[in-house]
Amino acid sequence: MAVRTGGVRGAALEIDAVTKRFGAFVAVDDLTLDVPSGAFFALLGPSGCGKTTTLRMVAGLERPSAGTVSLAGRDVTHAPAHRRPVNTVFQSYALFPHLTVLENVAFGLRRRRARDVRARALEALELVELVHLAHRRPSQLSGGQQQRVALARAVVNRPALLLLDEPLGALDLKLRRQMQLELKRIQAEVGITFVHVTHDQEEAMTMADTVAVMNHGRIEQLGAPADLYEHPRTAFVANFLGQSNLVAGTVVETLDAGTTLGVDVAGVRVRVPAARTVAAGPRVLVGVRPEKIRLLGGTEDAAGGDNVLGPGTVVDTSFAGVSTQYQVAVDGLGTFGVFAQNVGGATVHPPGSRVHLAWAAPFTFALDGHEEVAAGTVDLDDEP
Amino acid sequence: MTRLRLGGAVVPVFASLGFVFLLVPIAYTVLFSFNDAGKTNLVWRGFTLDAWRNPCGAPRVCAALVGSLQVGLVSTLVATALGALLAVGLARARFRGRGAVNLLVFLPMATPEVVLGAALLTQFLSLRLPLGFGTVVVAHVMFCLSFVVVAVKARVATLDPALEQAAADLYATPWQAFWKVTFPLLLPGIGAAALLAFSLSFDDFIVTNFTSGGFTTFPKFVYVSATRGIPPQANVISSAMFVLALLVVVVVHVVSRARRPR
Repeated sequence: MAVRTGGVRGAALEIDAVTKRFGAFVAVDDLTLDVPSGAFFALLGPSGCGKTTTLRMVAGLERPSAGTVSLAGRDVTHAPAHRRPVNTVFQSYALFPHLTVLENVAFGLRRRRARDVRARALEALELVELVHLAHRRPSQLSGGQQQRVALARAVVNRPALLLLDEPLGALDLKLRRQMQLELKRIQAEVGITFVHVTHDQEEAMTMADTVAVMNHGRIEQLGAPADLYEHPRTAFVANFLGQSNLVAGTVVETLDAGTTLGVDVAGVRVRVPAARTVAAGPRVLVGVRPEKIRLLGGTEDAAGGDNVLGPGTVVDTSFAGVSTQYQVAVDGLGTFGVFAQNVGGATVHPPGSRVHLAWAAPFTFALDGHEEVAAGTVDLDDEP
Repeated sequence: MTRLRLGGAVVPVFASLGFVFLLVPIAYTVLFSFNDAGKTNLVWRGFTLDAWRNPCGAPRVCAALVGSLQVGLVSTLVATALGALLAVGLARARFRGRGAVNLLVFLPMATPEVVLGAALLTQFLSLRLPLGFGTVVVAHVMFCLSFVVVAVKARVATLDPALEQAAADLYATPWQAFWKVTFPLLLPGIGAAALLAFSLSFDDFIVTNFTSGGFTTFPKFVYVSATRGIPPQANVISSAMFVLALLVVVVVHVVSRARRPR
């Protein structure tokens, strides 16, 4: 059963040149962002990148130091939280422990003196399939159920904009995958604009139709998940969204009437499509995703037109069910990650094997050579 | 084996002695409320229900009790209301001088009561306030306030600040957020603080003695009559208060157990 949205398919959100400083620390740095109405938009970034602060400024829980926030064309920069047509699903859910599930969901409706409070609250609980628990207290529910109550409590108000602050962070992996699908279904059903903040790149990619990758209070790149994945424009995006193998190279020639660049990587010539190159000068970082690489044993030959690097030595072989993941130390270039899909019949290369790396040239991308190769890779100290 | 058994017996024995030490004076108080007292209620003269049949029998004992109850109720009400607001403000708001206020609130608890009482008396006299019910209430509110602030602040610290933000996010004005979310969640803490304030006020002798003038509370009555002999009615009232307090504790315990989610 759908929650009626009264004809409004969510509102567009415009964040214009917003900066937020906490003392000397700049949490959000001159951020400009347009979220079209009805979108499922994800703000993705590591902890401390400013994504939650951005969300809180949209919710009205923080005031920007500079810039404006507009909703459906109306400037709400200085409107307090309770006067904004925005609802939030908090990371901790923030359910009211002294109220029943039903009264939690009805809270927003009651504050606005809406009609049919009970019926509408039950309708929202039906949407998240929790009607049977309407008279329980939040403490009597499981984490996943609490999460759904928090969602119902926000959606029932039919806000112009729904903000989700790491809503699935506290759930275990299996439940998280299930809730991702659930959230997508609900968003499609109610048509509200969703802005989802997460540090989980897989979550952002599977759920959102547009992802903005944030780093140090700025947006690194914005686009559809597939576009971001296939065409990263910075080393941070290449490493944070999935994994990338990046090696330094120098552009030495232009081929195929300017559509392909010939790049020298430690003495080996690699072909890179010009359209997938983001470079200011001849120094570039040549990149390729691990699943695009094939490992060639001693006797195998690369297909014509492939880029080939090596030889290298397999240093680790991990069987992960759907794929086998290799770490290959290529002489003079460093370690490459390779995912070989487990299609059966493929040779498994044990550690110590000597191999070449080959991939089709169109899968190669190139970034500005002045960037940090390791930008956006996950440290072991970071949160999961 | 024997040593072990001996060790096992030591704890119960000491615990029992501890309880005896704690409870004998109370048992004595209760027992002597049934004494067929003469001029002084110091030696056992035989069992009677006279004092229980007529608890107001001794001159001015009930007036003193009523005085204590009035002072206790009024100062509890005022101290709890002010203290709860102060605690929320101190725990939630960020303002200049917050640390200083925290320290100042703590001071009355750390100051010896005799000093407090004497200081209050000096203050009332220099302000030319007539001593009596009003000055006692002011004095009691003053020392109860600190305890209320400390008790409620501990409760505020356990509240997730996201709850108030969630209320604001769900269209509650700051006023509604306080009354619909913060206050109900603080209520157990506020209730406990009020009980504490009442028992402190009802119990107090030192500060009261300095600030009451001709006004008499129950503790003051007992103290004054000690020189002439405490009437058994005082024991009756004390015993009744004790039973009442015990009942409150039991009821609160039972209710909170019943309300705890399974």
